[in-house]
Amino acid sequence: MDCFQTLASLRQRLLDGEITSKEVVSGFLGRIESVDSDLNALIHLDKEGALKQAQTADEALASDPDARSKPLIGLPVVVKDNIAERGQPLTCASKILSNFVAPYDSTVVSKLKSAGAVLMGRANLDEFAMGSSTENSARAITRNPWDADHIPGGSSGGSAAAVSAGLCAAAIGSDTGGSIRQPASFCGCVGLKPSYGRVSRFGLTAFASSLDQIGPLTRDVRDAATVLNVIAGHDERDSTSVPRETEDYTASLGQDIKGLKVGLPKEYFIEGLDPAVKVSIDGAVSQFQQLGAEIVEVSLPHTEYAIATYYIICTAEASANLARFDGIRYGARVDGKDPVELYAKTRGAGFGSEVKRRIILGTYVLSSGYYDAYYLRAQKVRTLIRQDFQNAFDQVDLLLTPTVAAPAFKVGEKSTDPLQMYLTDIFTISANLVGNCGLSLPCGFSQNPKLPIGLQLMGRPFEEANLLKAAYAYEQSTDWHKAFPS
Amino acid sequence: MEYEPIIGLETHVQLKTKSKMWCGCANQYGADPNTQVCPVCLGMPGVLPVANEEALRLTVLTGYLLNCDLPRHARFDRKNYFYPDVAKNYQITQLALPSTLNGHVDFELNGRTERVRLTRAHLEEDVGKSFHFDRQSGVDFNRGGVPLLEIVTEPDITSADMAYAYLNALKDILTYAGISDCDMEKGMVRCDVNISVRPKGTQELGAKVEIKNMNSFSGVRRAVLYEVPRQIEALKNGETIVQETRRWDDIAGITESMRTKEDAHDYRYFPDPDLMPFEPSEAWFEEVRQGVVELPLARKHRFVEQYQLPEGDAEVFVNDVPLGDYFEQVAGKAKQPKAIANWVINNLRAKLVESESTLEDLKFEPASLLELVQLVESGKISSKIAQTVFGEMFDSGKAPGAIVEEKGLVQVSDTGAIEQFCDQAIEANPGPADDYRNGKEAALNFLKGQVMKLSRGKANPALVGEMLQKKLKG
Ligand SMILES: [Zn+2]
Repeated sequence: MDCFQTLASLRQRLLDGEITSKEVVSGFLGRIESVDSDLNALIHLDKEGALKQAQTADEALASDPDARSKPLIGLPVVVKDNIAERGQPLTCASKILSNFVAPYDSTVVSKLKSAGAVLMGRANLDEFAMGSSTENSARAITRNPWDADHIPGGSSGGSAAAVSAGLCAAAIGSDTGGSIRQPASFCGCVGLKPSYGRVSRFGLTAFASSLDQIGPLTRDVRDAATVLNVIAGHDERDSTSVPRETEDYTASLGQDIKGLKVGLPKEYFIEGLDPAVKVSIDGAVSQFQQLGAEIVEVSLPHTEYAIATYYIICTAEASANLARFDGIRYGARVDGKDPVELYAKTRGAGFGSEVKRRIILGTYVLSSGYYDAYYLRAQKVRTLIRQDFQNAFDQVDLLLTPTVAAPAFKVGEKSTDPLQMYLTDIFTISANLVGNCGLSLPCGFSQNPKLPIGLQLMGRPFEEANLLKAAYAYEQSTDWHKAFPS
Repeated sequence: MEYEPIIGLETHVQLKTKSKMWCGCANQYGADPNTQVCPVCLGMPGVLPVANEEALRLTVLTGYLLNCDLPRHARFDRKNYFYPDVAKNYQITQLALPSTLNGHVDFELNGRTERVRLTRAHLEEDVGKSFHFDRQSGVDFNRGGVPLLEIVTEPDITSADMAYAYLNALKDILTYAGISDCDMEKGMVRCDVNISVRPKGTQELGAKVEIKNMNSFSGVRRAVLYEVPRQIEALKNGETIVQETRRWDDIAGITESMRTKEDAHDYRYFPDPDLMPFEPSEAWFEEVRQGVVELPLARKHRFVEQYQLPEGDAEVFVNDVPLGDYFEQVAGKAKQPKAIANWVINNLRAKLVESESTLEDLKFEPASLLELVQLVESGKISSKIAQTVFGEMFDSGKAPGAIVEEKGLVQVSDTGAIEQFCDQAIEANPGPADDYRNGKEAALNFLKGQVMKLSRGKANPALVGEMLQKKLKG
């Protein structure tokens, strides 16, 4: 079986009876067995469960007419290991949750199940989604399928690598500062961060609650729209999910984008952009012009404060969100003579250094005497950044930027320099601070080594349909998405 | 130098909701440990809180009852501290923008009406309960996440008795409005007491000593009675009072130091990003306001004034709200509400207790009670017969007029008939008749009783007395 097919193509073949779900799943399982021991995209593979779900899907397709209308029936999906799936490990790539099994389904997982998806396994990530390279996983470093010396990006590096390497038909990731879009860019797939509140966070292990959002990683734009159709929607169990109707996100695909106003934020086209990235993005801009889009320069004047703002807010929230991992009720425990010693030993042994760094930073910015200078000020700057985007979106329909300033870096290259690592997120974090939607899709390659380059498009909050329409028009006019690693 | 105490109270009250604050688990006391828990209230990875609207409603209702300002924009904050009974290691509370602010409670103390001002009453979640065994400890999270109202006073309290009276008044209000059961035995009310002393006449507050986690009102009174003289004594000995937290030892009857200001927590409060600000519509506030009930003290005063009842009767109707409401239904149309009050308190209440039933089970109409009183007032039946009629009315639900007719219980006021009964009685009891003639007044009552017996209770007792007197001494 060809493992580099889109969801849409596999679905068609399943519905036409050309292939069974069991064959599809077995095909992917075979590929996983042959390549994932080097790649480490998956933390846990539920082989038996996957085959069982495939059999159920095949039976349903044969006997139940309703089954055919389920958008993901029989199609294998992997889920980032920070999103709860009942009965499956939920380790967040952390030692502290190494033995934890989720007692409930996240809303996204129950929606995937209702849509008929076969949940094959759990994808690797930076511990608690903190990182940009998947090097911060307590389990293993995931490798870039295009070149094993390079990182796949992060924190959804396992999900991106799994899609890119043909280990699954689609993957689910989470994006707090670029954690879907950046690895999608590095691995050459499509990664969508929906608007904040569009997809329920219930069941997503919180890193930074006001920034986190779940989204799909897929082979192409249509597949991203298909998965978004399944997972989007208001959820009463998440007070921050927005009670707003969803739409059929595939409906606008194929419409032309003549007259669409596309903004280039001048602060994003800076010195230090990798030459290959610059060439690819320039090419993408021309392509958009050819498709009839109007290119406009816009300004997002507070961009230079985005990284600092982001790291204050996300660490503050993380310091509280991760407090629950204390060894008392679940997870790994190292005993102590009193609760304080138990906490210190458990958390000292259970968390990796990046997680500890962020907890300490977050604890600091919330401390009495520092709160106003850091946390409160960061919230004010966040408002200014939001206003920047509002002003820009008053002038244009979409923003076009590189997803990352350079292609995937080498394993170990930045792991000793947290600041350099943080800077890789510079183009992606604003969408999380603002809450608008953003997407990365392939737009070129570097040479020697050949590594994918990603184009980021950002849309107004809750205008995913418009974003996907433009991305699809670009994608269909190029061949970048058709390439896959050898 | 003379010193005066300055006391403030922080009272934590569990709200009477069906479910917990953030999840669907039952808010119920007494289940086996950790049986009323779910991933949300256990702080599992990935869960999110969803605010219980009933708890928010009860909080705002409390605000109305305690004369508070009700901000149209409230918010939840995270209070961060590590403790085994705190599932998330942060407690969700309302620090910066609470649901209610600036209220007061009025209550009676030594015949005067006192007022304690409130700083705020805010909503938060309760934590689990720790248990310590021989070699290990455990936490029961059944209580974790139960909605809790923290009611904070200004430092307006000046004595142990005043603290005690305030707490009882607060409890009455909250139980009255169905906001909390305030069952101390079940830990539904817990208090922190802040005490400082200062030279009488000065304005500056002294160092504040907080006594944590008191679980009885009498304990609060005793702790204040201990702590105030302790602080005054210390100051008189030239010591300084340090800001600290103390624990009340109920058995020894003393307070002991737990921790000083130096090891106070930095709770690192910040707005909870999992919850939206609470900004309900005016219509919602209006709906909550419909639930406002009359407060106990106001009700007592009203019953005394409106119905001219003695305070004792009014208090009965304050303590037993349904009985008081029933009284009002009948008394509104009565000429002498006091007579209705007597029937309701002395007869109706007794019958209800005796038959183990409630007002809802009553077979007769409220109007029947009024009719019964009118039958007595108009002299149609005697009050003794009225007791019989009431019993019948209670059992069968029939109207008193019908019972009187049916059983022929109409009071005999016909002088001819009464004269006959009197003659019979005097004839049959010559001894007592002579006694009375010879000045023994008590003998008249005996003869009266005989006449009533002969008339089967129906003779008008006043007429009987007159008639006998006339016949024997006339
Ligand atoms: Zn619960």
